[in-house]
Amino acid sequence: MEAAIGQGLIFALMALGVFLTYRILNFADLTVDGSFTTGGGTAAILIYNGADPYLATAAGFGAGAVAGLITGLLHTKLKIDPLLASILTMIGLYSINLRIMGGPNVGLNMRNGERIITVFTPLKQAKLMSSWEIVAILAAVALVFTAAIVWFLATNFGLATQATGDNPQMALAGGISTDWTKIVTLMISNGLVGLSGAVYSQFQGYADAQMGIGLILVGLASVIVGNAILGTRYMALAVAGVVVGSVVYRLVLYYAIYWEIAEAGDMKLISAVLVVIALVISQSETIRGWVNKISPFKSPVIPEPLTAPDLKAEPAEGPTPADPGLAKSGAGKLRWAKLDWARLSTARLSTAKLRTAKRRRPRRDLTTLDAAEQPSPAEAKPASEAGEEA
Amino acid sequence: MLNLTGVEKTFFAGTANERRALRSISLHLAEGDFATIIGSNGAGKSTLLNVIAGSLPIDKGKIEVGERDVTKRPAYRRAALLARVFQDPQAGTAPHLTIEQNMSIALTRGRRRGLGRGVGRRRRAEFREHLAVLGLGLENRLKTRVGMLSGGQRQALSLLMASFTEPKLLLLDEHTAALDPARAELVTELTEKVVADSHLTALMVTHNMAQALRVGNRLLMMHEGQIILELNAAQKRRTTVADLMERFTSVKGQMADRSLLS
Repeated sequence: MEAAIGQGLIFALMALGVFLTYRILNFADLTVDGSFTTGGGTAAILIYNGADPYLATAAGFGAGAVAGLITGLLHTKLKIDPLLASILTMIGLYSINLRIMGGPNVGLNMRNGERIITVFTPLKQAKLMSSWEIVAILAAVALVFTAAIVWFLATNFGLATQATGDNPQMALAGGISTDWTKIVTLMISNGLVGLSGAVYSQFQGYADAQMGIGLILVGLASVIVGNAILGTRYMALAVAGVVVGSVVYRLVLYYAIYWEIAEAGDMKLISAVLVVIALVISQSETIRGWVNKISPFKSPVIPEPLTAPDLKAEPAEGPTPADPGLAKSGAGKLRWAKLDWARLSTARLSTAKLRTAKRRRPRRDLTTLDAAEQPSPAEAKPASEAGEEA
Repeated sequence: MLNLTGVEKTFFAGTANERRALRSISLHLAEGDFATIIGSNGAGKSTLLNVIAGSLPIDKGKIEVGERDVTKRPAYRRAALLARVFQDPQAGTAPHLTIEQNMSIALTRGRRRGLGRGVGRRRRAEFREHLAVLGLGLENRLKTRVGMLSGGQRQALSLLMASFTEPKLLLLDEHTAALDPARAELVTELTEKVVADSHLTALMVTHNMAQALRVGNRLLMMHEGQIILELNAAQKRRTTVADLMERFTSVKGQMADRSLLS
């Protein structure tokens, strides 16, 4: 089980990358499947050729970031749809990864009878590869990256990035170069994915061209499961939730195999089913209600303070209904997850209100110029009446 | 503060749907001018605002804001000079960010955004002060996500975000049209207040002729991509909604005649 948790913590770096694109940038980035192997392969081949394992791991981050840069350029400069741009990069990377590794795989155990030194060598020699010690070390690493992301998102640039994903029109009007924020975030995201690949290839003792396939789903599962557990009310909890989600995901797989419910080949199916279940749970109000009851991190329902001038401004509206636009974009789409618990509970209370809010058209003064352009019904009517009389 | 010289914009040029949205528009706003623009649908009002803000490139002409030629600058690079409030209350704010985070983005509009803290204690105090001006109690809800606010509150916040950094030019695109009458009135009052307090130069598109006459010191009427009527402050005071309608119908008639003859 310790090894499963360790794996979960390594994959958490990748999931943090997915969080940045999927949650923050609102960008479905499938580059992950390729950039994980790019990072893993780059680190592996460098280590195999005697490079310092820490530098090689950092190079894995760099290689992943370059992959992210390519997706970013395809999307922003060549105006290719995010999904397609990232699929193109992912497919292209498969060939590049083979070139980087010089073959379908690179072993990291022995070379010409000599032990290859990786970042895990000391732990391996101490026979601690499946121990709470390694879990503690990897957890510390995950914590550092979690903190770094929380810090990044709270900076001026981080806020600009969040605005880019949240409301691009507002971001542009606010002087944010959304192209630039997207490219940088894609680079950081895929850098983390590459880093995760670099660490994982050393953890398992080899890198191979297939190691990234289907990983985007693992990343999504981690983000969705984690956010369902810890909520998204606070950014720190949302980011930490991703790490938790990644570990939970590995534990589910571990027990599925341990209890002989599934065999190794069923992993991908389990990933897919887990994502479906997590999505359904997050969308079902009943289940969310249960979770909210037992979760220690349930978000406080924020009362809507209706101050005196507010009451004047909003006659007979009662508590402010949740944003109709948000509820709309949330319906049936992956966007669901951006809604937080408090808002969803408000939304449930006021579904009827939302419907009326959606239907409400902007009211205009009667004396507009449009009215002047249309012949008034009064003018048109007498003609037809005259016809009938005749 | 704003100078437009011979600005032209045609949509779908060279196709059957070709539409000349702006026909050689020239316009000058002096510092402190607050002009309202009225016109029927398709007159080119919103297109005018869009080309000034940089959301649409122009075919011909020159746009200067605060003595700087911005004709070729993309929208995000004009943001240092001008700010904008949209018709849709949801367009001007980021719903998942808190009020203070939205304010922070407005504060850094047009500046380089680095790795400094987005919302610190000093900024928070500053935001609270500005928000208090709205009189909506938002200054006590800095950590509320903007998506939780009502349309009127969001539009008031958008207005504040656009104006508190004192841009050279404030663009208001029918920013009260999507609100109910009570809240539209509130936002209009706030608009007059912030424009007067900060001495802003502003351009406001509206569908409401009474509002257009009441607010600001200049009035422009547009029709088919042209400015067909300009009133200064004194003329505005003497004009009624009925006068405007009459002027509009007569000018429209003349234009129709001209197009028949040509």
